[in-house]
Amino acid sequence: MLHIKCPYCGLRPQTEFSYGGDATVKRPELNKEVSDQDWDNFVYLRKSPRGKHLELWQHISGCRQWIKVERDTLTHEISTTYKANENI
Amino acid sequence: MKYLQHTKQTKIYKMSENFRLDKGGLINRNKKISFKFNGKKYFGYEGDTLASALLANGVHLVGRSFKYHRPRGFFGAGVDEPYAIVQMNRNNEVDPNVRATEQELFEGLEAKSVNCWPNVNFDIGAINNFLNIFFPAGFYYKTFMWPKSFWYKIYEPIIRKAAGFGAASIKHDKERYEHKYEYCDLLIAGTGPSGLASAYAAAKNGAKVILAEDKSRYGGSLLTSEVTIGNQSGKEWAEQIISELKSMPNVIVKNRSQVFGYYDHNMLVMSERVSDHLPKTDKYTPKQRLWYIRAEQVIISSGSIERPLVFGNNDAPGVMLSSAAKEYLKIYGVLVGKNPIVFTNNDSGYETAIEFKKNGVDPIILDTRKDANSEIIKEAKELNINIKFSYVVVAAKGYKKVNSADIAKISDDKKVISNIENIKCDCICVSGFWTPTIHLASQSGSKTKFNEEIDAFVPSISKQKETTLGSANGVFTLEETLKTSFEKGSELSKQITNKENKISIPTVVEKKSSKHDKFWCVPLPEGKNYKRFLDFQNDVAVSDIQLALREGYRSIEHVKRYTTLGMATDQGKTSNLNGLQLVSEVENKVVPQVGHTTFRPPYTPVSIGAIVGREVGKHSKPTRKSPMHHWHEKNNAVFVDAGVWLRPRYYKRGNENLFEASKREAKNVRQNVGVCDVTTLGKIDIKGPDSAEFLNRVYTNAWLKLPVGKARYGVMLREDGIVMDDGTTTRISDNHYHMTTTTAQAANVLSHLEYYLQLVWPELNVNVVSSTEQWAGAAIAGPKSREVLQKLFPDLNVSNEGLPFMGYMEGNLFGVNAKIFRISFSGELAYEVNVESDNGNYMWEKIIEIGKEFNIQPYGTEALSTLRIEMGHVAGSELDGRTIPYDNSLEGLVSKKKDFIGKRSLSKTAYIAPDRQKIVGVVPIDKKTSIPEGSYLVKDAKAKLPNPKLGHVSASCWSVEYDNPFSLAILKDGKNMIGKKLFAMSPLKNKVIPVEIVSSHYVDPKGERVRS
Repeated sequence: MLHIKCPYCGLRPQTEFSYGGDATVKRPELNKEVSDQDWDNFVYLRKSPRGKHLELWQHISGCRQWIKVERDTLTHEISTTYKANENI
Repeated sequence: MKYLQHTKQTKIYKMSENFRLDKGGLINRNKKISFKFNGKKYFGYEGDTLASALLANGVHLVGRSFKYHRPRGFFGAGVDEPYAIVQMNRNNEVDPNVRATEQELFEGLEAKSVNCWPNVNFDIGAINNFLNIFFPAGFYYKTFMWPKSFWYKIYEPIIRKAAGFGAASIKHDKERYEHKYEYCDLLIAGTGPSGLASAYAAAKNGAKVILAEDKSRYGGSLLTSEVTIGNQSGKEWAEQIISELKSMPNVIVKNRSQVFGYYDHNMLVMSERVSDHLPKTDKYTPKQRLWYIRAEQVIISSGSIERPLVFGNNDAPGVMLSSAAKEYLKIYGVLVGKNPIVFTNNDSGYETAIEFKKNGVDPIILDTRKDANSEIIKEAKELNINIKFSYVVVAAKGYKKVNSADIAKISDDKKVISNIENIKCDCICVSGFWTPTIHLASQSGSKTKFNEEIDAFVPSISKQKETTLGSANGVFTLEETLKTSFEKGSELSKQITNKENKISIPTVVEKKSSKHDKFWCVPLPEGKNYKRFLDFQNDVAVSDIQLALREGYRSIEHVKRYTTLGMATDQGKTSNLNGLQLVSEVENKVVPQVGHTTFRPPYTPVSIGAIVGREVGKHSKPTRKSPMHHWHEKNNAVFVDAGVWLRPRYYKRGNENLFEASKREAKNVRQNVGVCDVTTLGKIDIKGPDSAEFLNRVYTNAWLKLPVGKARYGVMLREDGIVMDDGTTTRISDNHYHMTTTTAQAANVLSHLEYYLQLVWPELNVNVVSSTEQWAGAAIAGPKSREVLQKLFPDLNVSNEGLPFMGYMEGNLFGVNAKIFRISFSGELAYEVNVESDNGNYMWEKIIEIGKEFNIQPYGTEALSTLRIEMGHVAGSELDGRTIPYDNSLEGLVSKKKDFIGKRSLSKTAYIAPDRQKIVGVVPIDKKTSIPEGSYLVKDAKAKLPNPKLGHVSASCWSVEYDNPFSLAILKDGKNMIGKKLFAMSPLKNKVIPVEIVSSHYVDPKGERVRS
């Protein structure tokens, strides 16, 4: 079970969080023309990197904040966690 | 072949039982305990295990082997035991897969052998032993391949019946199991010398320590070895350290606790056998407790397990590890035999022989080494123990118990055996040196390395914060173990507590050992094909591995799976290394090239009950009840699970069944007025100046111009265009909205909103919070609902003009603040009244009281469904994660002007196909047969399978308006199918029903009633 450091609440067990996928995906802006390809990339296509991966988790049983977690998909090592609006 | 006389026994000992010594051991001889094994009554002492008590009674035959059903006895004295697996009967529960070597004796214990029928002495399955030529490695794959049709009906049932040790109960397990979560600075697994020393040092530095021991007694090897620490014996020293640790507030000491799994981020799981050693579990005491421990640092002091030597028939009862024989002697005062052979390639066997000799039994030592000298060997010689160097056991003789052994001289190159002779014996104690227990270290992700010195793998580079110490790390001298353990315990704890309490390391007196012999497998004598077993639990012999390699299996992982080496419940604790040695020998490789198979948790079998803990039955999820629950109960509500909520399904009157009651309730809504508990609806409070803009992006329809005091129905999509949820949202004030969601999606919708506010549009100044629990809700529906409402709020103007459809107002319900929404799910004139949860029951009783004169009746979810289905209102069964707004005839709510979540996806080719699926109504042509939900709609009922599916029935009801069955369906090209005749097929219910497709708005298609 992972141990995730919520930037607001501190180290908490994984069971308090829910996974939210790739944190590097950026939603296309509203009211802007988006090509089929770009939209498909945004909605469906995800990389499955071996190694460091920036991902979203929500502390659903805690402060309910969405946070960004840099986790190594191979070793499960978590190097850093960020607040949602932090510049990385 | 000549018989060697080796029976001169000096009878200086008396035995109270057959094989129990008069004194010695750590058992409590003042407390005699009776127990039953295979129906027969025996006696033992407090402090015995089932294994030691049986051995004391001379019982060696305890089971049958997995494949060949060969007689099996005891091989070890602890977790490594591959044979003595019994089925326990305790507390009126059966417990399979219990190792007799770990099961402590208690008064009235009952156990029996497994894998034998009709009994352990006469086992029909033993015929496999004589047919063993048909059971080579991989026999499952070879034998049961043809004819193919035999698999399901003949082969599989027989294999299933033959497989496994023991039988799990099919009854509900009434025992109590608990889970516990714990944090600590240091978790130390094992209380041998390294565990005790490191725990002591860490505890003295103020660290929070958990020290776990799988056995009932602390001390590990110190309990059986002849050493001195300071001025105490090893055992005394262990006792003193343990009692000191127990008295410290920062230390948790646990026995009968197996740390069995090492997971990510230093999370370890430990199973504590709380009551397994007691006759009965107290009502509130658990049988077992699972500990989830998050440790800052972990010290693995799991010790080592003796390796077997491999020779002919080395599985016969009476052949056992020499360390086990020593343990039975020193801890339980039990002789495993009175005429023992000790067969060894190192000095450990000598220690066992010396113990036998000291207790009046004459052993013979066969040492594979040409010669060896050490303090221990010297002591054995001084005791006049018969030692034969360059000697081996070729084969054990005796079927249900060893009665003699063929022994032989072995050449210096260990290839040739000669001078075979048969000598009498009643047990053979084997020692093939020691294998460090690296399971936990390996599970943690540590790299392992092969240590040539000890012919075994040891942990090398750590991945997580763990350190392996003592013999688990391949260190076999006590002096070095204690020194490194004190130091490591101090160093690791100092990093955490910043305190250092210097401890002087005690002086150690121990006997030095000489080097062990790498020899481990005795060659077969000419003309003999004895089975030489590697894996004792799964019956894997040397010949099986050789066959697998001949057949082309190379990777050790493949060899393992093909032969089942190391795959049994003991996970190869005694077999893995010998298997690797054999593979490397045959393949002409060195062991590290072959590598080892992956160690996976659990180290020892864990009860399913312990894994589940207390989350069984209705405790597997929380149960949520509305504030009106008690009223529903009192009024004969029959409840249904709606997510985690309990909701009234219908209110039973007299002998009514579900169908009759729900019809009555629904009809009453259409004719008079009904009231339904809608507390379970998800509610989200939305506040902030950008709330309107936010809702405009979340919902598919327009929200910017919704005036204060008005509600609006909205649909929200996922980014892929699929409908996520629907509900009404009301503008309470300028910057304050009250959103409702479906019961099931409430949590997901909140997360969804938070996602967009926190991550995508953080510039929007909006706050959302769940207010589901804050409000109790009642839907008052039916043509007479306005009259009820007027009486509830006499001061308010609730006329069609004062409170129009989708209007909202606040009122005072007999002293209680209430929110009134004119919204309708039933399709009738309807209102929803919300009050603070604490006032829910008060509101409900007022509604019932005041509604009496209008014939109000409460209605449950079944009537609620009927009402919405015949109105064509979609719900969860249509918004099932596969439909877009068009499919649900909600395309009118999709704004063309503005952008919103998921809009871009709606232009996907499949979503705009002209024959896109759409919701329709379905009526059986006979107007009588109800259509099962989930039925497929097809054009031709008699078409060849697979019959092309045109759509599926999503929801069915009995229309109270027309008094005939009515269903909703999602149908391909639904738009153009109205009036068409199709068939609804339900292979599950074996029904084919001719149906007509109609509009989904079966009742009041123009929606006049809600606006009346």
